[in-house]
Amino acid sequence: MESNLNLLALLNLFLPLVSFAILIFFGKKIGESAHWVALTLIGITLVIAMFFFSTVFSPHEGPILQSSIQWFTTGSFTLYLGFLINNVAAIMLLVVALISFLVHLYSVEYMKGDPRYSRYFAYLGIFTFSMNGIVLADSLVMMYVFWELVGLSSYLLIGFWFEKDSAANACKKAFLTNRVGDIGMFIGMMILFFTVGTFQLDGLADGVKDGAFSGNMQLLTIAGILVFMGAVGKSAQFPLHIWLPDAMEGPTPVSALIHAATMVAAGVYMVVRIFPILTPGALEFIAVVGAITALMAAIIAITQNDIKRVLAYSTVSQLGYMIMALGVGAYQAGFFHLTTHAMFKACLFLCSGSVIHAMHHALHELHDHDTDPQDMRFMGGLKSKMPITYWSMLIATLAIAGVPFFSGFLSKDAILAGTLSYYHSHHGWTIFLPLAGFGAAAITAFYMFRLIFMTFYGKPYEQKIHAHIHESPVKMTFPLILLSVFSLALIFTLPNTVNPVDSHGWFTHAVPMVQNNAGLDMHAVEEGIHHAHYTAMTLSLIVAGLGIFVSVLFYLLQKIDASKISSFMNKFKFYDISFNKFYIDEIYNFLLYKPFLGLSWIASKLDWDLYDQKFIDGWGWITLKLSDKSGDADYNWLDQKIVDGFGNLTNYFGKNLKLSQNGVVQNYLLGGMLGVVLLIIIFQQF
Amino acid sequence: MDSLNSYLVIAAVLFALGIYGVITRKNAVAILMGIELILNSANINFIAFNRFGGMETLDGHVFSIFVIVLAAAEAAVALAIVINLFKNIGSVNVDDADLLKG
Repeated sequence: MESNLNLLALLNLFLPLVSFAILIFFGKKIGESAHWVALTLIGITLVIAMFFFSTVFSPHEGPILQSSIQWFTTGSFTLYLGFLINNVAAIMLLVVALISFLVHLYSVEYMKGDPRYSRYFAYLGIFTFSMNGIVLADSLVMMYVFWELVGLSSYLLIGFWFEKDSAANACKKAFLTNRVGDIGMFIGMMILFFTVGTFQLDGLADGVKDGAFSGNMQLLTIAGILVFMGAVGKSAQFPLHIWLPDAMEGPTPVSALIHAATMVAAGVYMVVRIFPILTPGALEFIAVVGAITALMAAIIAITQNDIKRVLAYSTVSQLGYMIMALGVGAYQAGFFHLTTHAMFKACLFLCSGSVIHAMHHALHELHDHDTDPQDMRFMGGLKSKMPITYWSMLIATLAIAGVPFFSGFLSKDAILAGTLSYYHSHHGWTIFLPLAGFGAAAITAFYMFRLIFMTFYGKPYEQKIHAHIHESPVKMTFPLILLSVFSLALIFTLPNTVNPVDSHGWFTHAVPMVQNNAGLDMHAVEEGIHHAHYTAMTLSLIVAGLGIFVSVLFYLLQKIDASKISSFMNKFKFYDISFNKFYIDEIYNFLLYKPFLGLSWIASKLDWDLYDQKFIDGWGWITLKLSDKSGDADYNWLDQKIVDGFGNLTNYFGKNLKLSQNGVVQNYLLGGMLGVVLLIIIFQQF
Repeated sequence: MDSLNSYLVIAAVLFALGIYGVITRKNAVAILMGIELILNSANINFIAFNRFGGMETLDGHVFSIFVIVLAAAEAAVALAIVINLFKNIGSVNVDDADLLKG
């Protein structure tokens, strides 16, 4: 049984990689039928994921599958690779496989005719592989490896249309911003490893329980925050959220899969996995980051006009919710929201893709290349033209706005109860958490209905475009219908209850409360959430209703002119702040980019003008002069004078002495005589 | 005049004349004549040192006899060479005998 499960987990992990390998190497040959390869393999992955999901319901103790193999050993250190599938991982596996499969199906139509059609499916394959790797990983190291791999596939897919400068820049921005978080995560992992001595998730939890950090809880808090930084990058939390809206440059199905449902949720999933070792201090930090992100992104989403950007900021905001939920200890609520959000946000993105697809084709037929097909101001009145897209999107919008009968209500309600209970037990400044939560809930309801009204209601912007709009084909609408069905509350509560305000269904049974080993009393948290439940529900209904009501007034009935309000708000610069995304990009530009550029400029000056030009070239100059001199000395003096001098001297003597060798014996005799006379004279002296 | 020095002076003069003749003459025969003078000056020296050296034996005389014999032999061989030289190059001038010169 164990080995069969292992094999299934391996297949689940590697089948998408097989899809990638086939399509990347034989993509040109396979061409237009590339999707058959990808769909088949991802389909099998989906079936396996369903199997693992089904085991959630069979009674079991501990994880469904836990196995690891030794990767390598150096000295006393051994690194393991392995799987740890518990209920959370099994649910996540299904979410990833399901949405991946639907996005594959949807993309068959959406990406039709793209020159890099097969490569697109190849990239989706490597993404699914990497994401499954994160979900299955039983150690931080393995998770980190796949963590980087999803970063890579995200980079490839955001920059899929790299001919556009904006896409090329966006993928770089995403990659680099993620890197900042990943460095923190790596340092955190190292602190954990050097203190506990293992990377295994369960080993870490046990180590913390056994007091590896006893007396040094600050270090564990710091380690927790550092590891969480990885999630800040990947899940687009403040202050590293800036990459996600830009990531919308990728194809829309990619945005649905990666930048809404799965990859950005990886950060949340990672926090879920390491939840037992997070100290109350670290969790407090996490909650605050989540709250800031949730509120800020929601405020930005109000004023955006690009349909995908609204959804992008909405994603950031909802991810902030999940993180905040984990921060206040509402572990179950955070993961619940991850799952429900994956369904309705994927649905929203695919619906927006359907709208953009229709707009794009309409504009294409009109040979209009100036109108932006993603700008909501050019839409309007599409409800009658695209009924399936409209109804799916409406259901998903109701879900995200937190309306009863829809899944978002249950999960968001649980999160808000968590924040309220946190305030009840901590008081003081923690009032900010429920305020941010409810504020973001109201704003979310407002801007999501703004999106619906601007897109599907009202008068069409231009009759000509409107006439050319058509509903998308069934390959695109099927995923929409399926995902909108999964956005219903019943899907998550059956078979235990059909009460729309009761969230106790299979999900809450499948994801039981975990123990926190770092000092957080989970029973108290659970108790608090239970007590705050009804207050939170009432309040969340009120704020959601308020948001929808204001939106109806503004955009459906148009009783109030939105532009007047915005110019009124602009007296305090509120509109500008929101429209310009709190100027965070500008702040980064000013605080990081500009000084960095200045620093690089100075460094390059120092390096080139001073060091290189003066110092290095100076040495060169000196060497040149020296060698000139030494060359001169060598040639003119040593070579020409001494070496040649010996030759010349020999030559000279030879030339002159040869005169004496003239063969005239008498001359020799004369010489001899003179010599004798000379000798006689010399000897005479002594 | 009956002293060693007079003989030595005459021998020296003869020797110098002989050298002079050998060095300056171009005629091979004249050179041979100069050589005869040199040999004879040596002979005079031998005889004179024997006479004034207080010797009981006749070593000097014997030496002179040998030298004369040698001179005769030398003159015979040398004159034969000169005749052959003349036969070959048509001259007894030693400067003309330069066949080995490169």
